[in-house]
Amino acid sequence: MDHVIDVRGMVKRYSGRAVVDHVSIKVAEGEISGFLGPNGSGKTTTIRMMCGLLTPDEGEGTVLGLDVRKDSRRIRSQVGYMTQRFSFYEDLSIEENLNFVARLYDLHPVRDHVRDTLEDLGLTARRRQLAGQLSGGWKQRLALAACVMHKPKLLLLDEPTAGVDPKARREFWDEIHERAAGGMTVLVSTHYMDEAERCHRIHYISHGTLLASGTVDEVVSEAALTTYVIEGPDLADVMAQLTGAPGVDQVAPFGTTLHVVGRDADLLGETIGKLATDGFTVRPGVTSLEDVFIQLMAEPRETAA
Amino acid sequence: MIAGFSFHRLYALLDKESIQMRRDRITFGMMLGIPLLLLVLFGYAINNDPKHLPTALVTTSQDHYTRAMVTALEMTGYYHFNHIVESAEEAERLFEKGDVSFVVTIPSDFARRVQRNDHPRILIEADATDPSVASGAISTLGTVAAQALLREQPAAAEAAEAMQGQLEVIVHKRYNPEGITQYNVVPGLLGVILQMTMVMMTSMALTRELERGTMENLLSLPATPLEIMLGKILPYLIVGAVQVGVILVAAKLLFSVPFVGGLGLLLAGVLIFVLALVLLGYLISTMARTQMQAMQLAFFFFLPSILLSGFIFPFRGMPGWAQLVGELLPLTHFLRMVRAIMLKGATFDTVANHFGALLLFVFAFAGIALLRFRRTLD
Ligand SMILES: Nc1ncnc2c1ncn2[C@@H]1O[C@H](COP(=O)(O)OP(=O)(O)OP(=O)(O)O)[C@@H](O)[C@H]1O
Ligand SMILES: [Mg+2]
Repeated sequence: MDHVIDVRGMVKRYSGRAVVDHVSIKVAEGEISGFLGPNGSGKTTTIRMMCGLLTPDEGEGTVLGLDVRKDSRRIRSQVGYMTQRFSFYEDLSIEENLNFVARLYDLHPVRDHVRDTLEDLGLTARRRQLAGQLSGGWKQRLALAACVMHKPKLLLLDEPTAGVDPKARREFWDEIHERAAGGMTVLVSTHYMDEAERCHRIHYISHGTLLASGTVDEVVSEAALTTYVIEGPDLADVMAQLTGAPGVDQVAPFGTTLHVVGRDADLLGETIGKLATDGFTVRPGVTSLEDVFIQLMAEPRETAA
Repeated sequence: MIAGFSFHRLYALLDKESIQMRRDRITFGMMLGIPLLLLVLFGYAINNDPKHLPTALVTTSQDHYTRAMVTALEMTGYYHFNHIVESAEEAERLFEKGDVSFVVTIPSDFARRVQRNDHPRILIEADATDPSVASGAISTLGTVAAQALLREQPAAAEAAEAMQGQLEVIVHKRYNPEGITQYNVVPGLLGVILQMTMVMMTSMALTRELERGTMENLLSLPATPLEIMLGKILPYLIVGAVQVGVILVAAKLLFSVPFVGGLGLLLAGVLIFVLALVLLGYLISTMARTQMQAMQLAFFFFLPSILLSGFIFPFRGMPGWAQLVGELLPLTHFLRMVRAIMLKGATFDTVANHFGALLLFVFAFAGIALLRFRRTLD
């Protein structure tokens, strides 16, 4: 088994519309893969097809060496899947939810597993509290803890850190890396750029089509964008001048600087050169992953495909 | 790993379901409240042996035999003569308007016939739309009337005897000639209450998970469809058991329904019936997408069950097609079984075919539900 996830040409249609359109993804063992894309681009649908919760209309492949079509039941019991929407029982306490999961996975002894998980989470004192009363961030942490309890070899996480505070997010990612080092493979969808940058590889999907795959550096360099950083007093005026100018695809203020991004390096250089330069400093900048994503999102489907 | 059947996993599901059931106070309260409420409501209608019912007297003569008869009838407490009319037409109008429950007609030749010992007759027409209203009043009639005449004509003993044989009280039950006796109602109520609560509760089983978004998680956990089904329905058997206990005790204490059959046999039958019901509910929940739909589907089964099972209308009195539909309802077979056991003291041999029919429902519902269960979110 060289790839833990190896799916090809996955298609899912809802009332005739392909919401996932021939998506192929490979994830190697021990790798942390980021899954990115705008809202409604098909991330959740793709993940559900991978763990056997949705039957693909087209496409084939393996997950954990098991056929996604024929072995979906075994796949389901071997991966740890964290749903985007909190889907544990709000009318059960934290402990009861964990008991339920531990028993269904046949973890022995149940009590020790649950106790350890509660301790890891730091929820031992609140274990009798109903899950529905937890804050959003704590719900996420409970859900994550529950889906790793049976020590799956593959984790599929659908926006696990949405609404989680920065410190908890940092801890979460440290833990993910720790587990990956121990051989666990992770596919995680996210909207956060800093999280994308902590992934070994990223996959970017838009309108159901996979637009970019690779390491962060690969994705950035493949996008072949040129970036300038402008610093100076009256940035609002400069921004107005540059917006829509030839060669300029993005203008975005970042604190006291302005990021100008374009696909055509020559045209962009020309436009920047024509700016009244007194009082401003213009220097070439490093294109960020976010610049690339904004660019990908802005491009119409036809040119992107 | 996941194939087959695991008692561990079933236990996990059972535990979770029963905790959720206990936490859902309103639903839980309803499960115990509904049978009590229905019993008390129906119980009043049953227990209440209505007295002083408005009665029209149709008579043209004022002789002392007629008066004696009227007094005797009033003495029973059932009849209250508030209309005295001279023609049958007038009485008929009162009847139709619902102003009176009975029309007592004493023919003008009544006195003459009594004196001549020539088959005296009185006619009592009863509005039997609600049979429980009429039954008590009618059952006392014959003796009352005869004794009244005896008092009026304290003739020789043999003459009196002859009289008793000759006085003819003609009773016409109107509008519902079949009549349902009160004893039929409580055992029937047992079935109806179970049908209502059991199907309603379990029809939410899966739709609740769907609506709360927990289905996605449940499906991604290693539980088989059979385990999920059993986990969902078995806790309700306990609820059913409590309801059955309440109803049977109440039937005995409040309404003194005679109970001549074997308790064990009855409980075995009830168990199979409840099993069929919770499976029907579960089947509904595999079809419905929302709890609202589940509710509607449950009602869709509830209404024909009430109307065509023989609970309200006598089964044999229904048209052929209705009987056919009735045969397809678990309640029909349960009613036959429970009435046979409770009221007629039937043994297993007699009711074996009803048991068989109910078991057939159990397997059919379970089979279809398992086939219909969606293992994916598609
Ligand atoms: N059950 C469904 N029926 C019809 N359309 C659906 C269904 N599920 C998803 N879709 C559609 O498929 C598309 C992709 O949805 P999906 O949930 O996969 O997006 P996503 O990338 O996870 O979005 P987000 O970042 O907001 O979570 C959306 O346009 C959505 O409306
Ligand atoms: Mg999503």
